[in-house]
Amino acid sequence: MDAIRPAASFLLQRLVQMLLVMLAILAIAFAVRSSLGDPIRELTGQAASASERAELREELGLNDSWPVQFGRYLKGAATGDLGTSYIYKRSTLGVILDKFPASFELVLAASLIVVLLSIPGGIYCAVKPRSLGAKLVLGFSVLGVSVPVFLTGILLISLFSVLWGWLPAFGRGETVSVFGWESSFLSLDGLEHLLLPAVTLSSIMLPLFIRLIRSAMLDELGRDYVRTARAKGVSRIHIWIGHALRNAWLPVIAQAGLQFGNLLAFTLLTETVFQWPGMGFLFLEAVTRADIPLITTYLVVVGAIFVVTNTIADLMSLALDPRVSLEAAR
Amino acid sequence: MVRPMRVLLALLLIIGAGIAPAVLSGPAIAVERDKTLRMAYDADPISLDPHEQIASATLQMSHLLFDPLVRFDKNMQLQPRLALRWEKIDERTTRFYLRPGVKFHSGNTLTAHDVVWTLNRLKRSPDFKALFEPFEGARVIDALTVDLITKKPYPLVLNLATYIFPMDRDFYSGNDQNGEAKDAIVKHGASFASTHVSGTGPFIVTEREQGVRLVMQRFPDYWDKESPGNVGEIVFTPIKEPATRVAALLAGDVDFIAPVPPGDLKRVEAAPCCTLVTMPSTRILTFQLNQKTVEAFKDPRVRLAVNYAINREGIVNKIMRGFGSPAGQLSPEGFDGYDPDLKPRYDVEKAKALMEEAGFADGFSVTMIAPNNRYVGDYQIAQAVTAMLAKINITVTLQTMPKAQYWERFDAREGDILMIGWQSDTQDSANIFEFLAMTPDPKTGYGQYNGGSYSNSEVDKLTLESQTMTDKTARADLLRSIERILYDDAAMVPMQWQHLSWGARKNVLIEPVVNSIDMPYLGDLVIE
Repeated sequence: MDAIRPAASFLLQRLVQMLLVMLAILAIAFAVRSSLGDPIRELTGQAASASERAELREELGLNDSWPVQFGRYLKGAATGDLGTSYIYKRSTLGVILDKFPASFELVLAASLIVVLLSIPGGIYCAVKPRSLGAKLVLGFSVLGVSVPVFLTGILLISLFSVLWGWLPAFGRGETVSVFGWESSFLSLDGLEHLLLPAVTLSSIMLPLFIRLIRSAMLDELGRDYVRTARAKGVSRIHIWIGHALRNAWLPVIAQAGLQFGNLLAFTLLTETVFQWPGMGFLFLEAVTRADIPLITTYLVVVGAIFVVTNTIADLMSLALDPRVSLEAAR
Repeated sequence: MVRPMRVLLALLLIIGAGIAPAVLSGPAIAVERDKTLRMAYDADPISLDPHEQIASATLQMSHLLFDPLVRFDKNMQLQPRLALRWEKIDERTTRFYLRPGVKFHSGNTLTAHDVVWTLNRLKRSPDFKALFEPFEGARVIDALTVDLITKKPYPLVLNLATYIFPMDRDFYSGNDQNGEAKDAIVKHGASFASTHVSGTGPFIVTEREQGVRLVMQRFPDYWDKESPGNVGEIVFTPIKEPATRVAALLAGDVDFIAPVPPGDLKRVEAAPCCTLVTMPSTRILTFQLNQKTVEAFKDPRVRLAVNYAINREGIVNKIMRGFGSPAGQLSPEGFDGYDPDLKPRYDVEKAKALMEEAGFADGFSVTMIAPNNRYVGDYQIAQAVTAMLAKINITVTLQTMPKAQYWERFDAREGDILMIGWQSDTQDSANIFEFLAMTPDPKTGYGQYNGGSYSNSEVDKLTLESQTMTDKTARADLLRSIERILYDDAAMVPMQWQHLSWGARKNVLIEPVVNSIDMPYLGDLVIE
């Protein structure tokens, strides 16, 4: 019982926090509504008369003040109705949830690449700091951070699609439906389509994590327990992986939770370059076409995702670090 | 195409298969029936309802899923489609003889009733009703004969007949499962017609994921058996990012793209895999000088000076890389109002002299607003003009913004110089004058986009006169005279006619099916 109670109250607290975050996001979203652009223009042709436009504006409730619109939205939200997209003509939540698997898998694939490459890369740079290899890895990582994700994408397309013709240039290709979840991971075509966007997206996080792991490792390798272990004759590999890395984990995990949100933000660009049918692409489309209900719901969903991932990251560092307790995490 | 990366991925997949064997399935092999056209445009239509919005995407789609009564060919000549022939019965009546035996996708046969029904629907569409305002209605004469009746003698009946894509009356009648009328036109929500189609066009929608993919199959009972088109399937993908669109074409992932961004024109042209087709469109890009906010712009000499100060040729060559035609008037070549003598002006010395004459030798300061994602080259052109006007001491503070923000500002006339592009919906000069040059009047809607509030009673009078003139030669004379008044008065600052661009793989013969009104007739497309 004692263990469950703090855990339950921790989660409850996070739930409340999530609701507050979403309310705050919503309030801001509604306050800036009028400057998001005019959806009427997107919905009517050039020859539509001023009165036609005024009529449509009234019909969409755009003439009301933002608190009134906000109130109407909350009333709808209470019954599960988050509005209807102007361009998709369906429930905004439905539209976004349809795009969620594509974005999630892209982020997942990018994260996998980051994990698979940054751990060995970071360790290598820490244990052989003066080697040519380490300098190359670090040099590359500087390049990775400084090249905008947009350019990375275009460069990869130019090389792998246009010049060599190995990989497709855009889209998600064929997906396989598993219990209603459209997955790219289960077909060759899907994986081919996934590779370039995932590499592009990972190019932002990979250098960061290599450096993070490297500095955390360097920190640990200089500590007394490492020297003691060395003196005891413990093998190097065991010291690196078994001791130093385990302690170096904590800041990395904490960062990972925070960076996940960033990754989500960068999907906007990656998805645009590769015409990846995910949430980020959808959001940019909504912004260019001033689909206000869709923009609002996207912000709410992303706010929820942020809180959830941060909660997961907190729980993970909790599980990994015996020094941190639930009480402290609160 | 051999893709070595496949091997690597196959290995990964096999490893993955060990973890999740139950859900693994092999890649499906696409079955090729006839020719498949994989095409990528910058956007897909947001609705399958042809009457929901007048927009290029909607009209392009209409030419695939429907057929108009008549259509323009490459030389802007009218071509019979669902109407075999037509004749004028009296001043206000044009009789159309429909093609017999034309089938809708639903299996119904096209009759005059469908045409009448469609015209009535057009007349209540918020977007189309203004265009069809001159029409009183249509009358069924017999199953294959229909009269279009206008309120007054109207010279553009046939131009507007290109917008009449007969819809399947029986298919769209009654209520859907939600109890809503199937023929409802809904702009911002779901409707039967926005997701269901029965037209007479060469293609049927078989799969649609909005924003991602639109698949169309050739309609087996399509009436036009003589069409050389051999495309059996169209896979339409919107690719918003221009660089990716071009890459997809060059990589062979798609066969046909539009538009090709100006920066990539040379690249596509030079690529051995591909063909580039460009041509001037009918869209005029112009600046308007706001006489409501700037006293000086009321002086024709100042407006002339502005016109003389801008090097349109230079902008087209340097900024647009030849992808535009310098303009001295509003009507594009091929329109009745086009006057070849009205050349673009450029003479900085003369501009300075005019400024001095008007008492503005020291110049003045103004603001300019322009969109930055609406027209090809929009904000770069605005920047160049800003620099050019500095030479005659007009200091311009330029603000560019996305189109979503722009139109609100334009409607409020929040700028001393405003940019606008205009494409005549009727393929006729009068439409340009009505919207851009006539004195703004909220009651009639004339001058709705006359951002400069330029007002000339002669222009108003002549434009109204042209609306009921049915003598084509006399009418063309009149339209040209309006164009000349606007030129002499320097009513606005025409910049250039925008160009259109399409890129395709070499075996896709797009040249014969594309046109200056940007309505590719893909039913007639041949793929080798």
